Amino acid sequence: MDLAELHATAERERARRKAIRVLCCTSSGCQASRSLELFHQLEAAVTATGQDEAVEVASVGCMGFCGQGPMVRVEPADLLFERVRPEQAAEIIAALAGEPCSVERGDPNHPFFARQVHVVRRNGGFIDPERIEEYIAAGGYEALYRVLHDFTPAEVIQEITRSGLRGRGGAGYPTGLKWATVAKSPGERKFVVCNGDEGDPGAFMDRSILESDPHLVLEGMAIAAYAVGAHEGYIFVRGEYPLAIQRLTRAINQARKLGLLGSQIFETAFDFKVEIRVGAGAFVCGEETALIASIEGRRSQPRPRPPYPAEKGLWGFPTLINNVETFANIAPIIEHGADWYASIGTEKSTGTKVFALTGKVRNTGLIEVPMGMTLREIVEDLGGGSPDGTPVKAVQTGGPSGGCIPARLFDTPVDYESLAAAGSIMGSGGMVVMDAHTSMVQIAQFYMAFCMDESCGKCVPCRVGTVQMYRLLSKVVAGAATPADLEQLEQLCRLVRETSLCGLGQSAPNPVLSTLRYFREEYEALLREEAAAGANGTP
Amino acid sequence: MAARTLTIDGRLVSARAGESILEAARDAGIHIPTLCYLEGLSEMGACRLCLVEVTGSNRLLPACLTPVSEGMEVHTATERLREHRRAIVELLFAERNHVCAVCVASGNCELQNLAIRVGMTHVRYDYLNPVCAVDISHPQFGIDHNRCVLCARCVRACDEVEGVHTWDIAGRGVNARVITDLGVPWGEAESCTSCGKCLLACPTGAIFRRGTSVAELERDPKRIALIVASRQERW
Amino acid sequence: MSRITFATVWFGGCSGCHMSLLDLDTWLLDLASMVELVYGPLADRKTFPDGVDLTLVEGAIANLEHLELAREIRRKTRVLVALGDCAVTGNVTALRNLAGDPSGLLQQIYLERGDPPLAVPEAPGIVPRLIERVTPLHAVVPVDHFLPGCPPSAPRIRATLEALLAGAEPPEIGRFG
Repeated sequence: MDLAELHATAERERARRKAIRVLCCTSSGCQASRSLELFHQLEAAVTATGQDEAVEVASVGCMGFCGQGPMVRVEPADLLFERVRPEQAAEIIAALAGEPCSVERGDPNHPFFARQVHVVRRNGGFIDPERIEEYIAAGGYEALYRVLHDFTPAEVIQEITRSGLRGRGGAGYPTGLKWATVAKSPGERKFVVCNGDEGDPGAFMDRSILESDPHLVLEGMAIAAYAVGAHEGYIFVRGEYPLAIQRLTRAINQARKLGLLGSQIFETAFDFKVEIRVGAGAFVCGEETALIASIEGRRSQPRPRPPYPAEKGLWGFPTLINNVETFANIAPIIEHGADWYASIGTEKSTGTKVFALTGKVRNTGLIEVPMGMTLREIVEDLGGGSPDGTPVKAVQTGGPSGGCIPARLFDTPVDYESLAAAGSIMGSGGMVVMDAHTSMVQIAQFYMAFCMDESCGKCVPCRVGTVQMYRLLSKVVAGAATPADLEQLEQLCRLVRETSLCGLGQSAPNPVLSTLRYFREEYEALLREEAAAGANGTP
Repeated sequence: MAARTLTIDGRLVSARAGESILEAARDAGIHIPTLCYLEGLSEMGACRLCLVEVTGSNRLLPACLTPVSEGMEVHTATERLREHRRAIVELLFAERNHVCAVCVASGNCELQNLAIRVGMTHVRYDYLNPVCAVDISHPQFGIDHNRCVLCARCVRACDEVEGVHTWDIAGRGVNARVITDLGVPWGEAESCTSCGKCLLACPTGAIFRRGTSVAELERDPKRIALIVASRQERW
Repeated sequence: MSRITFATVWFGGCSGCHMSLLDLDTWLLDLASMVELVYGPLADRKTFPDGVDLTLVEGAIANLEHLELAREIRRKTRVLVALGDCAVTGNVTALRNLAGDPSGLLQQIYLERGDPPLAVPEAPGIVPRLIERVTPLHAVVPVDHFLPGCPPSAPRIRATLEALLAGAEPPEIGRFG
């Protein structure tokens, strides 16, 4: 494969396309609402009406408006259909010929779509993720070609550094700096690892990217491998994402066949092979040292850092670990340049971020917005506010490691620093909206139950501290806790945050701390005043 | 080997480059509580008892795994650290069923000693009282999970010193348990050589010699370090 | 010099802590000169009096009577000491928590394994009901001092009492077990 062949492939794909394309989302969310059946019904309807010449039905990835799924888009007319049932397939196909149609119509100019900026989700809902030709026709693998031919590894790192991209897994570590560290770490072998162990409750950004555009992630990994001097890569995907695994597997095979992965990529000396590792269900595998242990075939428990994986990672070799969304940003940055990327978002948090917007909000689904957009814009403009008029009370970001931000702080811009200052974190992109009926204590209890179940058990404060915190929260919820219990809860928050071994434990108290910070009155209203109760004794 | 000078609790201490804060402190006679650490085994940083404050770092660092550096300023017993240590020991006592009064290791138990060392007068947390198994399927030894603190010293001694890896850990969180082979009763674990190093390494009465009664368990965990050092001896 | 009022209480324990107290032998005569024993297994009194200066509690909280009396004692006592491991940790008494619900335990003991099977004793007002879970004393009332040990040795008990009687902080750290 060389550039001419790549372009020829794109050309063939464009020539193959029919005048009208009916795009049906077959991502996990829409599949759960029978979109696979819908897809087959659409194909059948096209054939039945003799429109095979002019109309094709394509299975595509996520369009984002998951709450309104299954979604069907018709190109080039830019018609959008929502909540489509398989029985309505014929009606949609008939509508192409001008027949009246009662299927719920979506508005492509709805703020939910119009306010988004698509960088990593640019192909989502437009291409068939199971056909590499479609990715190539959308300009795919050109960035990799350019990097291999026109860039030195140092120049790639420089470009990524200048773009200001920061880790999308949640912590926001500068990606360029991480790459530079791996590149400079001495080692006869190096690895690139993609962390696809997305586990936060309510988060499905990475699943959507992997299901909708797997090649974008593979291309980003290959560019990263070239930059840091690695020839082997692993994608760690959680076992609960079978469709993502299936599509990734197919994507890897297709890319290998075309010489876009494997040996002598684009007829250069650069080799890069990628393997998938499937997680077995432990949330802690999202922690990079635990993830490494799992890939190595050991029990996935984190180990203290330093040494960081950039120095000592897989089997002791320098290893670059980035999240799915981080890798998905790489090819666009190379294509359009660091300055373009840095012009999106804010000064310190450049680019876009994908969020899974869920909870008590009218429009739920995946959104990709420029960094710096305020929570208010996201909740009210894109999300459409409360579905039933109950005032929105707070937004939870960052999952079990994050916190709740109250409505009065909704003018907070969504960037790494502002969210941290508000007592939460960017996190991987879960965004759960809560209304006045939501008990913040129960929210804290829910997340603590999650951390308790997912604690690996290696270090004492996380293993036992989360259980004790959960019991205290349950006591508060049951109305049986005393002020001394609340005091003990806060003491445990400090302990677990300051002494736990890894990020899971260190951040496990965050949902409690942030709800205590903004909604302390909800805790206090549930307390029982009883002087006689020792509440486990004198402190 | 190059030497480093640092201060620990205000005292000037010299250490070898590459040595951990814990080793430097112990050489200088400064006691830092530990539980999962055992000389001769790899460090794991799991019990969090040896956390110390180092000026310039906003995180607490495990002394067993943090190498000394020139001019480093270490504080091992601040009010915050003392409070945390006491809480961690209390959490351990609350986690399983540590009934010293009926334990083989009473009087020869690191957990029991830690309670005194960290000033644990009582446990402020709810006792979880989990139902734990006792496995006496092995002809010589037994494991009482009621007394296990998951320090993984048995796992490491078996893996690193005996080279067998009969022990490992299964399960998550408070449901984690040390297991033999792939979760079979110890007596059926074919890889076990019955060497007894796990017994030596165990800090509590979890692993015991069968037939020992309350407070009768005698064992010296320092022998693990002796075995390891003897092997490394070069004449 | 007026003697302070002193009480000892026996909850869910084996009485070993009281035995250890009795092991103080002749020092008990010194103690008697400093305190007036107003309640306990060693005194003949049915109700816990008001205004007790110092109370030692042996045993864990295992039944309703323990629970209610513990609260009453706390109200009526200036300085409350948990004496021995059962009061401090629950100890052997709390091992029954592993068997779960006490009613199942009673079934097992009196019916399934009784030889011959007897009835589960039930005498309202006479035999107090077991509470769901055995707890240490401090889980139900605030405790001022902890004196661990199974039992605490006589010298330890003496050292603690001497300090408290002198108005000083007792040497609190002791070994469990």
